Amino acid sequence: MTDVALTKKDFTSDQEVRWCPGCGDYSILSTMQAFLPELGIPRENIVFISGIGCSSRFPYYLETFGMHSIHGRAPTIASGLAISRPDLSVFVITGDGDALSIGGNHLIHSLRRNVELKILLFNNRIYGLTKGQYSPTSEQGKITKSTPAGSLDTPFNPISLAIGAEATFVARSVDSDRKHLTEVLRAAAAHKGSAFIEIFQNCPIFNDGAFDSVKDSETKGAALLQMVHGQPIKSETHGLVHEGASLKLVELSSVSESDLVVHDAHNPDPSYAFALSRLSSSELSHVPVGIFRDVARPSYGSLVNNQIDEIIAKQGAGDLSTLLSSGDTWVVE
Amino acid sequence: MSKIVFVTKPVVALKQVTIRFAGDSGDGMQLTGDRFTMDTASLGNDLSTLPNFPAEIRAPQGTVLGVSSFQLHFADHHVQTAGDAPDVLVAMNPAALKANIKDMQRGATIIVDADEFTTRNLSKVGYETNPLEDGTLDSFKLHPVALTSLTVAALSELTLTRKEAERSKNMFALGLLTWMYHRPTEATENFLNAKFAKKPEILKANLLAYRTGWNYGETTEDFSVSFEIAKAVMPKGKYRNISGNAAMAYGLIAASQRAELKLFLGSYPITPASDILHELSKHKKFGVVTFQAEDEIAAIGSALGASYGGALGITTTSGPGVALKSEMIGLGVMLELPLIIIDVQRGGPSTGLPTKTEQADLLQALFGRNGESPVAVIAPSHASDCFDIAIEAARIATTYRVPVIVLSDGYIANGSEPWMIPDVDSLPDLRVEFAKSQEDFMPYLRNPETLARPWAIPGTKGIEHRIGGLEKADKTGAISYDPANHDFMVRTRAAKVAGIKVPDLEVSDPTGDAQVLYLGWGSTYGPVSAAVEVLRDNGEKIAQAHIRFLNPFPKNLGEVLKKYPKVIVPEMNMGQLAMLLRAEFLKDVISFNQVRGLPFTTAELVETAMGVLHD
Repeated sequence: MTDVALTKKDFTSDQEVRWCPGCGDYSILSTMQAFLPELGIPRENIVFISGIGCSSRFPYYLETFGMHSIHGRAPTIASGLAISRPDLSVFVITGDGDALSIGGNHLIHSLRRNVELKILLFNNRIYGLTKGQYSPTSEQGKITKSTPAGSLDTPFNPISLAIGAEATFVARSVDSDRKHLTEVLRAAAAHKGSAFIEIFQNCPIFNDGAFDSVKDSETKGAALLQMVHGQPIKSETHGLVHEGASLKLVELSSVSESDLVVHDAHNPDPSYAFALSRLSSSELSHVPVGIFRDVARPSYGSLVNNQIDEIIAKQGAGDLSTLLSSGDTWVVE
Repeated sequence: MSKIVFVTKPVVALKQVTIRFAGDSGDGMQLTGDRFTMDTASLGNDLSTLPNFPAEIRAPQGTVLGVSSFQLHFADHHVQTAGDAPDVLVAMNPAALKANIKDMQRGATIIVDADEFTTRNLSKVGYETNPLEDGTLDSFKLHPVALTSLTVAALSELTLTRKEAERSKNMFALGLLTWMYHRPTEATENFLNAKFAKKPEILKANLLAYRTGWNYGETTEDFSVSFEIAKAVMPKGKYRNISGNAAMAYGLIAASQRAELKLFLGSYPITPASDILHELSKHKKFGVVTFQAEDEIAAIGSALGASYGGALGITTTSGPGVALKSEMIGLGVMLELPLIIIDVQRGGPSTGLPTKTEQADLLQALFGRNGESPVAVIAPSHASDCFDIAIEAARIATTYRVPVIVLSDGYIANGSEPWMIPDVDSLPDLRVEFAKSQEDFMPYLRNPETLARPWAIPGTKGIEHRIGGLEKADKTGAISYDPANHDFMVRTRAAKVAGIKVPDLEVSDPTGDAQVLYLGWGSTYGPVSAAVEVLRDNGEKIAQAHIRFLNPFPKNLGEVLKKYPKVIVPEMNMGQLAMLLRAEFLKDVISFNQVRGLPFTTAELVETAMGVLHD
């Protein structure tokens, strides 16, 4: 802990922010800068590592250690750092192209290992930095520069993917909702191991309005299904009920409050969180937000380092001379 | 049997012997060869080995494709190579005979498992008649031994199936060869005791087969003499036998200890480099972290991340892996962080010849990245040199904050030789200095001598900064698109690598007036040295030099090239070093190339040199 409490200003670097005006990244950055002081972690022990894409400029704007690496590979670099330096708090900043296209392999493996990483995926459902091609989260049929007749790919659901990859903490928030995003960041920071957060982020240039249904004051109340542990899952108009092994969206007026699914973020069965993740349709008429899954599993770094500590406790620390002279040896007089 | 110390049959003294054990890939030939090697090493002979095995784990039984072999050359004098033509071939089946007979010279000894020479097995490999009977092997000293049935008979008291009993026949063969060459038996017996401690029946079977093989040599008339090879004269000291991959792993541990840095290995399994990962993963009590990543890119990414955090970040791979890692190596160049990339080269391109050796990644190591991306490149010359080269790699990487590519290859990685165990205190001090807390920290302010930037690790108060793959401004490290700055930074990174201090090239030229220089790099050291010895013994004047530092080259390389009118550059590639020498020094070297997946033989190097000497 630092002696003097840090402020948002302390986490703001001297770099000029260079995102397009109106980009959702601004509010995420501002929320992060305001949130970091409450962690009570010295700036030098925080590291932001990003890949390539608009969102990956993020580390430049934070007065912490940071690395803007190469496309899709941030989780690999962050894993090496987090495993070898368990004293650090390591964040990965990535986007839908960076994390789910070129870097898909690293994302799923970091999650299954449960490396101590907080992974923030800014999902704008478009390639922004390369000026507007469809991304792995773009809805099918999307007209873009590279798909003038409409995209043919079925998109990824990042939440489903993360749950399928054995992630222990999976959440979703929205760029413009600072309060909600801060709560999710807080929970992610408290989680031991990998935390995966999908953040809906508007790209005003190449995919403007992609998340209007969950941002406009007129529609968001109905669209956002709030997931709060121990509370019924519902929006202003709709709620969830059990239907067999699955979940069903119903109008609140058609059921009583006691019929609604009470959210259990700690449910060990991933099929529950997976069922929740399937509720978001690509037109985003109903979208669960909050923490889908938050279960305890030892972090990878702690397993690696405990294994080493146990071996040293049992066998003693290694001695180089002994090692070099091990096995069959002979002496030439 | 370890009690038996006298041999009743005549004993012939030999100066050197080359033995090749060959059999099905499931016959345990590598283990047999390894054990014979260890027993030979501990006897004090100098030696060199060449394992040769198929890429398939269990190729179809009894086929030429599935033959695995292990060659060992041992002598009463200094040994440079695993030997050209074997003096003795142990062939466990017709396929092994067929695959290896072309390498045998008349008069050599061939021991075969006669039981395996059935009509079915013979036809499987295209023998129309039985070579043991049709006279085709008349010019060899042929010993058909019923290895399988003798082994099974010896184990008849044990509760084993016939198939289980047959599996010990390699120990019978080892026992026989152990008798023939007067090797001590204790170490192998100890080895078997340890290996099969939890499987008493299998242990009994192996020990019994081993002893039966030994006794067979001692008692039957088929083997009338045995051989002795006196100890080699070697410098005083404590020795062990070591393979290149093991030496590399030990060297990396030694480097991390001397640097007082945590060793972090990020690796993805690949032939023939995996044994370094296996070896390092055994030594966690040195605080070694071995991270088996999801792919080659993650392997090097994690190593670079660990380096960024102040560890000695290492990745081990082979050529195809280097191709995948190239973008991350470029990031390492840009971030100017220490990083060690071990490339145990194999036959290429693409998947190529995974289990065979080649030196064709030199240009990839030097140039296989986008942009002007200089890295240090060094290569070990022989198996135990891998220990020293690993330490050298760590020295360069940490001193100059630069990726270092180490070009080992399949021959030295799997081959082994005696190694004089170094005194730990004699190893270089590799301790480093991290950037300290300070005001107005500049991450790209360079050390004027080395041009290295500070190693500024997270956790250091007051020096928080951002780095990345984008071009940076001199000193501050801020993003810069300024044309003059980019030009300056490209030149600076090049100058940093060019300025790495490496020792001058040593030239061996005993008469001082040789006109021809043999100039090699990497694993050709042994074969070239052996050829040079033969040439000099025959009165030829020839100089020899061997390049360990490929980027930067030794400072005196240009002078050396100038001094010798004719320079022969033998390479297991199509002339990659030769291309570099021609480009950089305008020297028209004579390029001698082979890409057969095998090291050069002494004979062909002698012949090539004779052609040049008497041109």
